[in-house]
Amino acid sequence: MRGRPLLYTSYGSDMALFNTTSKKATVGLLVLAGLALPMMLEDRWLSLLATCCVAAIGAIGLGLVTGYAGQVSLGHAFFFGIGAYTSAFLSGDPNGRTMGLGYTEMLLWLPAAGLVALLFGVLVAPLATRLRGLYLAIVTLGLVFIGQHIFGEWHDLTGGTGVGRPPATLHLFGQDLATTGPSFTRDQKLFWVMFVLLLIFALAARNIARSKVGRAFNAIRDRDIAAGIIGVNLARYKTVAFAISSFYAGCAGALLFTIVGFVEPGSFSLLLSVQYIAMVLIGGAGTISGAIAGAFFITLLPTFTREVQPLMPFVSAEASQTPNIFQMEAILYGVLIIGFLIFEPRGLFGLWIRVRTYWKTWPFSY
Amino acid sequence: MVELIESVIRGLGRGSVYAMLALGFVIIFKATRVISFAQPAFMLAGVVLVTYLVVPLGFWGALAAAVALTALLALGVERGAVRPMVGRPAFVVAIITLGVDIAVRVVVTAFIGKDVRFVHDPWGVKTFDVGPVTIQERHVAVIATAAVLVAALFAYFRYTRMGLAMRAASYDQEAALAQGVSVGSVFAVSWAMAGGLAAVAGTFAAAGEAVDGLMWLIALTALPVIILGGLDSLLGAVLGGLIVGVLQEVVANYQNTMTWLGGNVSVITPYVVMLIVLLVRPYGLFGTHEVERV
Repeated sequence: MRGRPLLYTSYGSDMALFNTTSKKATVGLLVLAGLALPMMLEDRWLSLLATCCVAAIGAIGLGLVTGYAGQVSLGHAFFFGIGAYTSAFLSGDPNGRTMGLGYTEMLLWLPAAGLVALLFGVLVAPLATRLRGLYLAIVTLGLVFIGQHIFGEWHDLTGGTGVGRPPATLHLFGQDLATTGPSFTRDQKLFWVMFVLLLIFALAARNIARSKVGRAFNAIRDRDIAAGIIGVNLARYKTVAFAISSFYAGCAGALLFTIVGFVEPGSFSLLLSVQYIAMVLIGGAGTISGAIAGAFFITLLPTFTREVQPLMPFVSAEASQTPNIFQMEAILYGVLIIGFLIFEPRGLFGLWIRVRTYWKTWPFSY
Repeated sequence: MVELIESVIRGLGRGSVYAMLALGFVIIFKATRVISFAQPAFMLAGVVLVTYLVVPLGFWGALAAAVALTALLALGVERGAVRPMVGRPAFVVAIITLGVDIAVRVVVTAFIGKDVRFVHDPWGVKTFDVGPVTIQERHVAVIATAAVLVAALFAYFRYTRMGLAMRAASYDQEAALAQGVSVGSVFAVSWAMAGGLAAVAGTFAAAGEAVDGLMWLIALTALPVIILGGLDSLLGAVLGGLIVGVLQEVVANYQNTMTWLGGNVSVITPYVVMLIVLLVRPYGLFGTHEVERV
């Protein structure tokens, strides 16, 4: 079959995880590059990229429910919060200021955070199966406000608004990852762990997406009534979509704050949800690689605006003056969301498709 | 008892603000089948315009000018960001309005700056007594304004040519087009009306208080209101607004007897009520049950 990249001789090879050689090669190269990165970059970039990896896990989860299954969720900040506090509770210091059980092993608190968030996702799902589209969006938005209230008021667990608490501790197989050791720095270890976790979560999501479950999601997104008629159990698959997506969000929430080293109830606001929606939409809804690209793009955006600030002398770097970079950043969010949706609805993934098609068909334009 | 009556009147005042905001959402939804998340930004823009214009024009003059300018802003947003998206999924357009909201709100908040700004309304926190009950003048003012506006709107939809066109377009866009209704101008008028209503609502919400950037959260409370009333029901928006306003104030009044719920539980009451109502009636109290075809 050499030289015929689009010729498939079996259903299995068409549905394969990486159905072309170039995909296999690119992913392989990217993984190698990712594993080698900590040796080449400064620490501050590494912790930023580690944050990107975690954000990508969350975005993939949201992409599964919003991009694949077509169920809009503005409530992911709530599931992030559930994950963050479950993990912080399990691994917290039993004698500390806030509640904790002292199980510091990551292999324990990470799945637990995901599972508790999954449980809440399943609890919310009955609403999701009854509602559609914008009704669902507003209901999940309500979830964020209710969650914020509970997180803000439950002082024993969360430390309260403006005070916060320490997040989960990063111990893996008994190794402490959050301190700089003799051979590797904290940020190098953090990046490796987060990168490997991203790989695991992304591969799992890709496998879900190409399985029966994923096809059911797509059918529901494209037309739920039609899906119901051809035998897709709507209630069950919508619940599954919310459950998986909440699991991802819970894990991402648990990991995200270990990098910052601090959890504050105010973080789980509508803004967080909007950021993740923006990642999914700007990256390209309904694709795993798009969600990852979107997560990296949105997470790197603040750093990018800060780096280009010296080129724009009319924009101040001080928060107290009025065209400042923080305002520019917020406006950029808004403008990017609007721009992508109007001009390239398939997001960054769509831009890549355009480039690919151009070179594939070169020198013809069709 | 006196306390309860007082909180109900405060609640009606607050509810009137919600009702005006919710009407804006519903008018846009009926015309375009989209929820505009840009309403908070329009509300904030209206208030800030009033705080700037109130010095040269006086309160009512500033209010009128702010309504006109905010309506113009809404028109611009409709033309620039929403019209190109006609025919695309409602969710995508909703997210676009979310983007508009973020961008506009940053600009408007920059104009609030660090000074304390006021709308300089004629009522402030002055009160009067009816028997044992003390009532704040600003609450009466907002209830009266909302009543006049709601009556005017209902009359508009009932008796004018454009109102009829808007009702027709919301019922069936293609049929309305075939009858010669300019659906484009229906969209434009809807957005302008929603912008104007948001400006009025914001100004009255700020009466007697300082204006700050967090006021946009008031406009978000109109979202559970419209879900409660039903997305496509004007009456539902008004009643839903009043119900939520009264509930919020009553809960705020009695929440110190329920300390286990935590402070400020009144802030999330609308969302809790919304969740409960939706479990029983998925299309709100007055919304029409959607007929679905494949």
